[in-house]
Amino acid sequence: MPRDDRRNDIGPSPIVAQGLNHWFGTGEARKQAIHDVTVEIDKGSLTILMGPSGSGKTTVLTLMGCLRDVQEGSVTLLGSELNGAPEVLQVLLRRRLGFIFQAHNLHGSLTAAQNVQMGLEVHGRADPGRQRAAAVHALSILGLDDRVDYLPANLSGGQKQRVAIARAMVSNPDIVFADEPTAALDKVSGTNVVRILKELGRQRGTTTVMVTHDNRILEMADRIITLEEGRIVDDKRQTA
Amino acid sequence: MTRSIASLLDALLGRMPIGWLQLSHSRGRLLAALAGVTFANILVFVQLGILGALNQSTISSYDMFDGDIMISSSDANTLTDGSNVARTRMFEALGVPGVKDATPLFIANLEWQREDGNASTLQTIAIDPEKTEFAAPEVTARLTDLRLQNRVFVDRRTRGLPADALENVSPSEPYVFELNGTTVWAVGTLDVGGGFAADGSLYASDQTFLTLFPNRSSSAPNHILLSVEDGIDPEVVVERLRDVLPADSVKVDRKAAMASADLTYQTTERPTGVIFGFGVIIGIIVGVVIVYQVLSTDVADHMSEYATFKAIGYPQKFFLGIVIEEAVILAVLGFIPGLLVSVGLYALMSNVTGLPMSMDVLRGASVLVGTILACSISGALATRKLAAADPADLF
Ligand SMILES: Nc1ncnc2c1ncn2[C@@H]1O[C@H](COP(=O)(O)OP(=O)(O)O)[C@@H](O)[C@H]1O
Ligand SMILES: [Mg+2]
Repeated sequence: MPRDDRRNDIGPSPIVAQGLNHWFGTGEARKQAIHDVTVEIDKGSLTILMGPSGSGKTTVLTLMGCLRDVQEGSVTLLGSELNGAPEVLQVLLRRRLGFIFQAHNLHGSLTAAQNVQMGLEVHGRADPGRQRAAAVHALSILGLDDRVDYLPANLSGGQKQRVAIARAMVSNPDIVFADEPTAALDKVSGTNVVRILKELGRQRGTTTVMVTHDNRILEMADRIITLEEGRIVDDKRQTA
Repeated sequence: MTRSIASLLDALLGRMPIGWLQLSHSRGRLLAALAGVTFANILVFVQLGILGALNQSTISSYDMFDGDIMISSSDANTLTDGSNVARTRMFEALGVPGVKDATPLFIANLEWQREDGNASTLQTIAIDPEKTEFAAPEVTARLTDLRLQNRVFVDRRTRGLPADALENVSPSEPYVFELNGTTVWAVGTLDVGGGFAADGSLYASDQTFLTLFPNRSSSAPNHILLSVEDGIDPEVVVERLRDVLPADSVKVDRKAAMASADLTYQTTERPTGVIFGFGVIIGIIVGVVIVYQVLSTDVADHMSEYATFKAIGYPQKFFLGIVIEEAVILAVLGFIPGLLVSVGLYALMSNVTGLPMSMDVLRGASVLVGTILACSISGALATRKLAAADPADLF
């Protein structure tokens, strides 16, 4: 695929998908969920994937994020081809990513700080004291100074989601993938979460790809890609 | 407590002790799992205890006499189940170079019916009272006390016998009682205790034995004991004896070899041994099933959290580590009460049955190692599903 020179001044694309097809199920039940998706994401941008339920947003996100094996087509993530990538390479790539899911998926037996520390320990454990400090710092950026040693069960939905964001951001990932991160949040905290993500992205040059239905968020995006029935039907850039 | 275990494990593992945090987070499940491991441990310990008692009571019968070599009937698997041996074999053996001396050995069980209505079975051991070198060490010095007819040593730890019944028995103060309609004088005691086949032991001369068992004959003892001249390898003498004696009617071996063959027979071919050996296996299976159940439920319950860790970039061995961590914790924490309860049960059973049951370090250590292994294997099996799946399919 020819490079788009207009966007090359801000570095190589962290994510390039080409001719991506994906099927679910086997035999009679086999059904194509993604049709020929080709897209290139700019470094440091906030891209939003939208579209009706079942249109394939999550599938595209997980294929790009190395959470699902590529069946057909190509995804180049941070310069590495994912189609046929060995498990070791996938593990290494995942460590350079941050994920925020609709369900926060915090570990219920770990405190907020411990959950965030898990995002650091994956890179090794040089200095546990410093990692704890970094985790506490990440939580305080998200306004959770006084919830550091709480178990998830004792946090509100918005607080849990912010812990998940801290976990995703704490290790300075190259890309953040977020799947409906605000779905469980009220209007104010939802907008706050996206503002934080965008601000962190701006400061650190992090690329963010986010699935959302949330209209309030759309105006903050650099680019909005719309999916329908597994195909890209609209792709527009905007200046925030 | 929970905290300090956590920081200990944290330092030990060099990572967050997620397994422990997970286990201690759901107390109910932890206690149930520990109860299961403890139960399986007790099951295994009790079976091993009984097997051990069986072994020990088999061995202790062989400690009732001495000798370098035994001649037994070729159909004998134990001390008491074979045909009798013709005494002429003893004379043939005495002609073999290297054989120093010999005695016939008589063994049979005798019912001791007491006046208080209780009865005990005595395993009666009889040898020539002049041949002290064939006596058990504890009676060597006083074997000649049995020279007179109907003099015996009786086991003061005989099951069913009041503990102090045979206190202060001596040649000058014999304890006189009836055995099989014969009046006997206990001129000393033994300190043996009950086993599986008998409640206690009785030591007598060959002549007294023939009185107590009128249908036995002096020309057909149960076994023949031989001693070997100093400086000669008993193994060489065994070979010479085998050349001379007919293999279809008698077998010849060192005494220790006879005892260990008996032991093998008791534990692998006799129902008691096989059943208790089987019990050990059942205990292990129960433990493995319980731990597998607990760990696989635990993995299933944390699937979405693990998937998140996988998405963050934790490799498969990290999850294996968590589950093995849990398995080892369950094994160790379940083992401790299992061991304590078993020690108590040993004491209780030994009190009630008179069987020799005691915990030794080797047995404890092997059960602990076995428990850790069984738990870890169950744990490893429980993570299989996680290894195969895409993280995206697990959320
Ligand atoms: N694990 C799965 N197994 C079978 N079908 C699936 C699976 N995940 C998604 N699908 C199907 O693929 C299509 C796209 O799903 P998804 O990517 O989750 O859509 P969205 O996130 O836009 O709601 C849907 O038709 C959905 O039913
Ligand atoms: Mg979705």
